[in-house]
Amino acid sequence: MVSDLLKLQHIHKVFNEGTIDEKIALQEINLQLKPGDFVTVIGSNGAGKSTLMNIISGVLMPDYGQVAIDGKNVTHLPEFQRSKFIGRVFQDPMAGTAPTMTIEENLAIAYSRNKRRTLGRGVTKKRKEMFRQYLETLHLGLENRLNAKVGLLSGGERQALSLLMATFTEPKILLLDEHTAALDPARAELITNLTKEIVERTQLTTLMVTHNMQQALELGNRLIMMDKGQIILDIDEKEKKNLTIESLLEQFQKIRGEQMASDRAILG
Amino acid sequence: MSTALFGSLQFGILYALMALGVYLSFRILDFPDLTVDGSFVTGGAVAATMIVSGVHPIYATCSAILAGFIAGCVTGILHTKGKINPLLSGILMMIALYSINLRIMGRANVPLLNEETMFTKLGSFWENSAAASILSVDWAILLTMALITLAVKFLVDAFLKTEIGLAIRATGDNKRMIRSLSANTDWLIILGLGLSNALVALSGAFVAQYSGFTDISMGIGMIVIGLASVIIGEALFGTKTIVRTTFAVIGGAIIYRIVVAFALRVDFLETGDMKLITAVIVIFALVAPKVIESFKEKRRRKQRHARHMAANQKDGERLA
Ligand SMILES: Nc1ncnc2c1ncn2[C@@H]1O[C@H](COP(=O)(O)OP(=O)(O)OP(=O)(O)O)[C@@H](O)[C@H]1O
Ligand SMILES: [Mg+2]
Repeated sequence: MVSDLLKLQHIHKVFNEGTIDEKIALQEINLQLKPGDFVTVIGSNGAGKSTLMNIISGVLMPDYGQVAIDGKNVTHLPEFQRSKFIGRVFQDPMAGTAPTMTIEENLAIAYSRNKRRTLGRGVTKKRKEMFRQYLETLHLGLENRLNAKVGLLSGGERQALSLLMATFTEPKILLLDEHTAALDPARAELITNLTKEIVERTQLTTLMVTHNMQQALELGNRLIMMDKGQIILDIDEKEKKNLTIESLLEQFQKIRGEQMASDRAILG
Repeated sequence: MSTALFGSLQFGILYALMALGVYLSFRILDFPDLTVDGSFVTGGAVAATMIVSGVHPIYATCSAILAGFIAGCVTGILHTKGKINPLLSGILMMIALYSINLRIMGRANVPLLNEETMFTKLGSFWENSAAASILSVDWAILLTMALITLAVKFLVDAFLKTEIGLAIRATGDNKRMIRSLSANTDWLIILGLGLSNALVALSGAFVAQYSGFTDISMGIGMIVIGLASVIIGEALFGTKTIVRTTFAVIGGAIIYRIVVAFALRVDFLETGDMKLITAVIVIFALVAPKVIESFKEKRRRKQRHARHMAANQKDGERLA
């Protein structure tokens, strides 16, 4: 049996507990990912998708429950230590790169993520050559602009660079939180294709949040739907192949309808 | 060369080290660190006190650097671990250092007039050497200090290109990103502030030995002088690369001294007005670029308008 690469058990997260702003963001989340799983995550605004990502990456601590990566309990490991083995791309293209630094410097920072940072030069000749080769895989011509400041790049170029920086050291888990949402349709497609290509090549275990249903159906081997802080649908590879947007929406209505009915029954 | 100009050049080079420290905190780390007013004196106090008690000036200067480093680290710890905001952490440390500096010195002023300092040692070494006939002692000291400052500049440049240096720069640029790439931003901020204040203290130790005393109040307004140097340098010499910007900061420190020297020659200004002059220079350097830009924009708009009107008139004539 293959062991779980990511295992979430009984995760609960409440914001502003005990005040009038109290908000239950996650309740009783149980999720297990096998190595190489590529899971797309959908759900309406405020469903708790980003909160879930933040719990996995260690930006937020759960109020209750356990996070384990590759069999190791990391629930109390701070964000910067967990990011040794978690790659992330954010929704905001500004968030994933350092704008006043050059492309090669940004890559050098990402390159030393799973090593001890030393007083050795960040950008050596050898690394430069390697960065150039990695950048070529993006087909954006960035390999000829190693010394350009990242602040000068377009949103799409930055997001492609962020994706490369998040993945080229081959972390254990890749977390993508609506990483194409801020781009125009053409750029979004470019980044989507890059994502597909990179994940297929590296076999990274991936969680991808998206609001694009079509994308959620096309990519990955598993789909989960979240609503009101819970995972309400979990669709495996076989089932996902025959899934359409219509049938997905239908299932959503059905589950929500049942819940509303039972709520009503309880309230009497 | 006039003595005033020579003096400003010499002091400019010594204060440039402090300005480099301010550049590290303000620009690289994006941390407005006010510890500087205190750590500058700490450098002078440690160096002077040790020299008076018979320690070799080089060891005394190294101890000053270490003291400055520790002071900066404490500010960093207050901010990162104590979650105190950057300005307040610096101010708290600055106030604390005032008392600590007094403790180190034992009084408000430590004169070094009859002591062996780095400069008297350098002077006597030079006088006894064969080269003394070619270059006067004053110039020899000036050149040596220029070389030391340049060496520190190149060290800073090289450091900022190391893996740790890159991570410190990214911490000032985008904390969220660097945390997602497994860097401990707390530690990097503490280290960065330590190095920044080490440079400031080194500058203080040199200034004390050059002027022949350390005074408890010699750090007042130091942060503004450092900022003035950084801003003037950046405005005049550009910020395209790190190597260029650190040059610019040194240039800015020297030009600042020259401007102040000339300002003090104006009849109605006195030595006590220096801080006011500094503040005015910084305000000018901050406001001038914006005013010039908006002036240019206005002119551009006017030209566009004129062209538009001319074109309209031509159309009108054609129609008529
Ligand atoms: N730091 C916070 N403090 C208080 N409430 C928060 C915080 N972060 C999230 N929330 C709340 O928790 C709920 C879940 O938010 P989350 O950002 O996880 O949603 P999401 O599924 O990512 O939504 P979207 O699709 O809009 O990105 C929301 O109601 C949100 O208002
Ligand atoms: Mg979200």
